[in-house]
Order: sequence, then structure tokens, then C-alpha cells
Amino acid sequence: MQDERDRLIACIPRLRRYARALIGDRAGTDDLVQDTMERGWRGLSSWQRGSNMRAWLFGIMHNLHIDQVRRPSVATEVLDDDTPLPAARASQSDSLEIRDLESALRTLPDGQSEILLLVALEEMTYDEVAATLGLPLGTVTSRLSRARQKLRAHMEGRSAVSLLKAVK
Amino acid sequence: MNQPSVTEADLHAYVDGFLSEVRHAEVAGYLAARPEEMERTNAYREQNHALRALFSPVLHEAAPPRIASAMRHRSDRYGKYAAALLIALAGGAGGWMLHGALQRSTLLAKFYGPGTDGAMTVSAMAHQAAIAHLVYTPDARRPVEIGADQEEQLVKWLAKRTGADMHPPKLGALGYELIGGRLVPGDSGTPAAQFMYQDIGGQRLTLYVSTDQAQNKDTEFRFAQQGKVNVFYWIDGKFGYALSAGIDRGELTRIAYAVYDQLDTRPQ
Repeated sequence: MQDERDRLIACIPRLRRYARALIGDRAGTDDLVQDTMERGWRGLSSWQRGSNMRAWLFGIMHNLHIDQVRRPSVATEVLDDDTPLPAARASQSDSLEIRDLESALRTLPDGQSEILLLVALEEMTYDEVAATLGLPLGTVTSRLSRARQKLRAHMEGRSAVSLLKAVK
Repeated sequence: MNQPSVTEADLHAYVDGFLSEVRHAEVAGYLAARPEEMERTNAYREQNHALRALFSPVLHEAAPPRIASAMRHRSDRYGKYAAALLIALAGGAGGWMLHGALQRSTLLAKFYGPGTDGAMTVSAMAHQAAIAHLVYTPDARRPVEIGADQEEQLVKWLAKRTGADMHPPKLGALGYELIGGRLVPGDSGTPAAQFMYQDIGGQRLTLYVSTDQAQNKDTEFRFAQQGKVNVFYWIDGKFGYALSAGIDRGELTRIAYAVYDQLDTRPQ
């Protein structure tokens, strides 16, 4: 049990990186990761020893995220004069280009950004992504293609439509 | 020579390095003759690098302890019921039981420490601290108002509200990391501060700091017990400190000394 617990804990940094990329805001990210760990811990018996724990956990996180997106809840944190401002962002993310990448990422539909991020950040194979998200392999590759195309178009300041024409 | 057919999926697998050596070479040859496609695959590879550069710093951030403490044994949840019960008692009909508990902790304080005229008030502080500990430590999601990642704001805010400059001691060497802090009711009008710490196993301890103890004489360490919570407390000038945790007295003593040493060496 301790061993599984340690393995779950070891996944936290990766889950946070992915969630931050997917959601953006820090508090929402940590709420999602916390819910994922809670559910993962409770449902540890449904994880098959020897199978890929990372894919299993990312799958849990995906399902929780989908639930949240479908049922957007109103933030209930009380804000007043004493509420501290969010901590300043790391300086390396201040360059225009990088901020642009993040905002470009936000323009992608969830179904596409998830796939792109699992491939780019987690370096998952397309089969692993398909298993994690419960999608057919063909859907994974076609969405990956659209995500990259759209992101490139956004970064280069062109509309996706004109890029599509240029490619064909 | 026949050109091997290359699909869109192949191009992505090429970008991500998933192709066999032979297939990789074939796709590279295909791209060499198509500069636009080459440019496109380069752009996609660049995207991977840029995304990693943008988000990988998160890997090195300290995750808030509440995430790891989401994994707790079911038995840990009983703490919540104990806290709820205490609130119910404090809230109404159980006043006498609370009074009894207070007397018991006073007795303990007298037993373990030198009695002074201020003993009743001093142990009332320990009692307040124990209640605050029981109420807030079982909270998985919002145990503190301001997290340790914003320690500077926490210190400023507490200074503003309690009228005293206070810094959370560092207990990392003893295995306890600061989670953050909050305001809690003091035993007179001035609010007190509660700093919360947690070890790797999710065990939490709190340091309660009250700033209105000027009427009490300085004391040595005293010990009190509130249910499963052990409390070490002492008065130093106008400050009253109470360290609470559900851990044994020996370990709590060790931590109390570490806290005391750090407060002592800090210029007030």
C-alpha cells in the first residue's frame, strides 16, 4: 500500500503540469489534481498492478475535467480587500511569444488541446493517448493534426482557413 | 524509384519520434523533396519544445500539501466528526462539558507546569488553540486562508489584523512544512494567528499565536491535552504560543523547542 501511495505521489508533478497547461489558473489546477488524487487513492483497487499507472491517473483526471467542463460551477471563494493578489507569474513566462503560445492553446477545443498536451508534455504514444482518453486511435491522430495546424496558424498570425488552403 | 506513401499520421509520428529507424529515414526523404511540408513538421516539433519550455517549470514547484493529503486512510476522517462535535458543544447545550474540559486542561497545566495567577487565562489560550486545531486541520481543501506559497502576503496580512509582526518558524528540518495560515478567534477581542504545518505522511500540526497575553506573566513550557490533541504552550511578553498536534508528547516537545529557539533569536 505504501508503495502504491509513493507511486501516486510521484505522479503529482506531472499531473500538475498537464492540468496547468489544460486549465491555466493555479487554484483550479490544484483543485483538479487534488480531486484526481483523492479518487485515485480511493479507487486504487481498480488499478491493475503492473499496468500503466500514469495513463490510469491521467484517465481519472480527464473524466473529472470533463465533468467540470460540462457542469461549470460558480467560484465560491470569498474575495475582499484582504484577499492577496495571485502570486506573480514566473518571469520566464513573461515573454510575448510564450504568452502568445498559452493564449493560442486556449483557442483550441478541449478535445484537441488534451491530445496535443499528452503528446507534447507527457510524450505519450498515440496508443497511450487513445487508451487514456478512451478514444479510437484514428480520432487521436486526426485531432492532433488539427490542433497542431490551428496552433501554428495562430502563432503565425494567419487564419486556419488560409493555412488549410496553403497546405492543400 | 518508388516513393513510399506517407500519411498525415506518419508526419506526426515523425515529429514525435515514434517511427522506426527505417520508416523515419523514408519520411525524411519524403520531406526533403517537399520544403513546405518540411517547414510544417519543423513548426510542429517547435511547438512540442515550446510547450515543454512553457509548462515544465511546474514540475519543480512544490505542490500544495493538500494534494498529497487527499490520500488519507478512512480512519483519518474521524477527526472531522470530533471537530464537528466540539463546535456543537461550543455552540450551545454542551457548555458544561466544555467547561469540564477546560478545567481538566487547567489541571493538567497546573500539574505539568508551575502554577501562576494567570493559569486559568493561560490555559484558556491552550484550549482555544486546541479547538482551532481540531476545526481546521481535518479540512482537506481549505485548511488555511493563505497558502505558504504566498508567505509574504500572509505575514503582512496577519501583521495588519493582529497588530504584531509575526513570522512562521521553519520546521522543515523536523519534517514539517508550512501549509499556510489563517486568522482565528483570540480569547479577548484581538484575533490570533494559526500557522499550519504538515509532514510527508499528512500529519498536521498548528502553531497558534495570540498577541494579547501582556497581562500574563511569562511561563515555561506547559502541556495540556484536549481529546487526542496534545498542546504545548507558553507566554513570552505579550505573545502567547500554543503548538497543537495529535502526536505524542516527546515529538511535540522536540518541535516546541525548535519553535521556541527560532522565536527567541528573531529580533522582535
